[in-house]
Amino acid sequence: MAETKKIVRVTDVTKDFDLSKIVVQVLKGIDLEIETGKYISIMGPSGSGKSTLFNMIGGLDKPTSGKVFIDEVDIAQLDAYELAWLRCRKIGYIFQTFNLIPVMTALENITIPMTFAGVGNDDALKRGMELLDQVGLTGRHSHRPSELSGGQQQRVAVARALANSPSIILADEPTGNLDLTTGEDIIRLLKDLSMKRGVTVISATHDYKMLNVSDQVVWIRDGRIDKIQERSELEIQTGGLENAHP
Amino acid sequence: MRRLVALPLKKSFQMAYQSIRVRFFRSLVTTMSLVLAVAFLCFVQTGNDIASGLATSNDSQIIRSLTKAGYDIDPVTNDIAGSAKQRWIVFLSLLVCVVGIVNAQLMSVTERFREIGTLKCLGALDRFIVRIFVIEATLQGLTGAFSGAVLGAVGALLTSLIRFGFYAMTFVSSTDILLTMLYAVCTGTILSLLGVLYPAIVASRMQPVEAMRVDQ
Repeated sequence: MAETKKIVRVTDVTKDFDLSKIVVQVLKGIDLEIETGKYISIMGPSGSGKSTLFNMIGGLDKPTSGKVFIDEVDIAQLDAYELAWLRCRKIGYIFQTFNLIPVMTALENITIPMTFAGVGNDDALKRGMELLDQVGLTGRHSHRPSELSGGQQQRVAVARALANSPSIILADEPTGNLDLTTGEDIIRLLKDLSMKRGVTVISATHDYKMLNVSDQVVWIRDGRIDKIQERSELEIQTGGLENAHP
Repeated sequence: MRRLVALPLKKSFQMAYQSIRVRFFRSLVTTMSLVLAVAFLCFVQTGNDIASGLATSNDSQIIRSLTKAGYDIDPVTNDIAGSAKQRWIVFLSLLVCVVGIVNAQLMSVTERFREIGTLKCLGALDRFIVRIFVIEATLQGLTGAFSGAVLGAVGALLTSLIRFGFYAMTFVSSTDILLTMLYAVCTGTILSLLGVLYPAIVASRMQPVEAMRVDQ
C-alpha cells in the first residue's frame, strides 16, 4: 500500500438527538479520513456538531447512521468489552477539565490505564516515571492533582493519554482551561510527541494557537464539513490575518 | 485472542481504600448511621443474652430484679422472650440505616460522576466500577459494624452491671455475647452492601461521554 494508512475513517455519519418533542439533527452526513501520524484540528463554532463528531471518533457515542472505522475496525460492531479495550489501548483522551482522579497521585493517575491493560505493577511504575520525565514533571510523581497547577495537571493528563502508546490521542479543547502561555506549552508538547512517536493527534478546539501546529484543519459548520485545509493553505490565511491587524 | 481489559483485585482494593482514606470525613458520616444502628441491634440482643443468662441462675433475687427491669420470663422454660415491640424497633432502625446509606452513597456517586466517566474513558468496564464501590462499602461496613457491635455490647454489659451487680454477671455466657456480636457484624456488613447496590449500579451505567461535559 503506497498510500499512507488511514487511522480514522468516517463515512456518511449522521447523528440525531431525540429530545422527546423534537429531533435535533446534529451531524448531517460527515465524510472524513484521517491519516496516521497527522496533527488534526477540528474547528467550528459551538453548536456546530464539533464535539459530537469528536465523541464519535473516540468511540464514546454511536452514530445514528453511517460508519466510523478506527484502524479499519467498525466501532459499531464492537461489544462493551472490545470497546473498553479500544479506549484503553488505541485511544488516549485529553479533556478540557483535565479529569485526573483527585484521590490519586500523579504517578497513580498515569498508571491506571496500564493497569487496565494488564501491565505489571513494576513495569507500569517505571514507565509512568519515564512519561513524567517526558512531559517535564520530573519529581512531581507523588503530588495529588490539587497540588498541581492547571498546566501541570494537563501535562499529567497528556502522560496518562500516552500510557499505553495509543495510535490516536483525542484532545477535547485541551487548552480551554489554561492561560495563553501554558496553553502554548501544552500545544507544543502535543506536537512534539506527535512528531516523535508518530501518534495521530485529533483535537477539537476553537483556539487559534492550535492552527500553527496542525497539519490539517477540519472546519465544521452546521453539522457538515465546511472545508478541510492543509497546513500550507493555512499559513497564507493566518498571514493575511496578521496583516489585517497589525 | 480475546482483547480484555483487567483490574486485579489487589488494585481494586487499593483504589477503594485510597478513596475512603482521602474522603475520610465523608466516609465517617456514611458509616456513622451504620455504627449507630448496629450498636442498637447489638445492645438489645446482648441485653437479651444477659437476661437469659440471669434467668437460668434460679436466684430468686436476680429473677425478681429481672422482672422489675421489664423482662418477661417464661415460667416453664425460664427463657426470656424478646418482645415483638423490641424486634420492630430494631427492624425500623436498621431500615432507616439502609435508607441513610443509599442516600449517602448516591451522593458520593454524584460527586464522583466525572471520575467514573474518566475511568470509563480509560477503559474501565462497568463491573470495575461496581467492584470498587462494593469493596468500599464492605470495608466501611466491616469497620462500622465492628465498632457498632463493640459499642452495643459494652453498653449492654455496663447497663446490666449497674442494674444487677457483679455477682449476677457470673451467670452471663460470654459465648452467647460473642455470637451476638458476630451476628451484629454480619448484619451490618450485609446492610452496607445492600445500601450500596443501587448506587453502584447507577454509577456503572454512566456513559463515558459524561466525563467530557464541562459544567461542574
